Amino acid sequence: MSDYIKLETQNVNFYYGDNKVLKNISIKIPANRITAIIGPSGCGKSTFLRLFNRMNDILEGARVEGKVLIDGVDIYNSHIDVANLRRRVGMVFQKPNPFPLSIFENVAYGPRIHGLHKKKKLEEIVENALRQAALWDEVKDKLNKSALELSGGQQQRLCIARCLAVEPEVILMDEPASALDPISTLKIEELMQELKEKYTIVIVTHNMQEAARVSDFTGFIYKGELIEFGPTPDIFEHPRNKLTEDYITGRFG
Amino acid sequence: MEVRRSFETQLNSLQDNLVEMGNFVRRMLQKAMKALVEQDVVLAEEVVADDDVADAMDINIETKCMRLIALQQPMASDLRVIGTALKAIADLERIGDYSVDIAKTAIRLSGEKYFKPLEIISQMAKMVDTMIEEALKAFVERDLELARKVCEEDDEIDHLYKNLFDELLDYMRKDPNLIYQATYFLFVARYLERCADHIVNVAERVHYMVTGQLLQLAPSHRSTVEENEYKGEAGNHKG
Repeated sequence: MSDYIKLETQNVNFYYGDNKVLKNISIKIPANRITAIIGPSGCGKSTFLRLFNRMNDILEGARVEGKVLIDGVDIYNSHIDVANLRRRVGMVFQKPNPFPLSIFENVAYGPRIHGLHKKKKLEEIVENALRQAALWDEVKDKLNKSALELSGGQQQRLCIARCLAVEPEVILMDEPASALDPISTLKIEELMQELKEKYTIVIVTHNMQEAARVSDFTGFIYKGELIEFGPTPDIFEHPRNKLTEDYITGRFG
Repeated sequence: MEVRRSFETQLNSLQDNLVEMGNFVRRMLQKAMKALVEQDVVLAEEVVADDDVADAMDINIETKCMRLIALQQPMASDLRVIGTALKAIADLERIGDYSVDIAKTAIRLSGEKYFKPLEIISQMAKMVDTMIEEALKAFVERDLELARKVCEEDDEIDHLYKNLFDELLDYMRKDPNLIYQATYFLFVARYLERCADHIVNVAERVHYMVTGQLLQLAPSHRSTVEENEYKGEAGNHKG
């Protein structure tokens, strides 16, 4: 499966009103790999990430040109069920955002709204998701406690568990560790290595060392353009493009 | 270029240190050869003492490299400069060691009249000296052409070495009394040939530093006299 292209964009332009935020982006993102998107603030990397679960649609004046494909199918096609798309393409955000519910209910929430109500089955899904998110051992005795009592790092892993509970194929991560302490960050990064066996992961990060540590492929976006994309070791050891070089060596100024 | 001024300063100072070390071992080799040719024991002893300085430079640069990696997380060309420095100091340090070996030979032979003038050896030494100068210049100026030239010059060193080897063997066959001195001359030639190989490594690193590609620019520099004459020795000749 290693060469299978899970996500693809073809000549994608993205606009907020008259503002062209993404410019002619074509990229092929392989399955079961971690792809990192780096770039300075405001370069469009989060917008790029949100193409894949159509999160940008919510915004006023948002418009997409070109094609965004998952498994070769254009997800901006009118036949696409967006709710189902967002089940297939989960997302983890910068700030952990658990619901003000118990730990159990946070994870069970997704399967429930997708129509699953059998208690036994739900318990199984919750345990499984928490295990995959490397949180089970820490919370198994307090599943009915409020999720808000967990630490920031635990909350973020809970959000990952919540995302896994609906059996997604792709996980989008927008700065998943930037609000966490270093140890929690490393736990999330380690977790990502386990998750990529089953999922395709795309992560947006400001932190270049993080991108270098966790990802298999790295793309550099600057002012809405994909400047360079390639295997992570190549990008960080000998990037081809001068802009990439200047960005990753910290010489933008 | 202003965002990481402090890092930039440290990286520049690292490169200055490397060039300084290169010039220092180059000077050691020059002095060792002068001591050998002029049978100057005092100068030879100076070279032996210089080794501590070269070793201290080596350790200082390595410490700086490790510190920059740990504290600054260098990437891309910055990382390659540091990787280059880490490798190059080992090669330069070896050139210092060979200079000491030549100086010790000078001390050993100081009481003897040489049976022949050291022409080919001097010629080899002069070429190695030029190669060191060029490799350092290629490093400072990121000059790929010059780096490549250094690698090509190694062929000529190998050629001279082979000729001298044959010539000295001939002398030894004809007059066994010459074996002691001729063997030492052969050692010196061998040290010089090794110095050239080490400076080729430095030039290859310059190529890596600039392009990101690790290449063996002078594959021919592996082939030396012993490999041709005694196949069993080939394992000693690392590129």
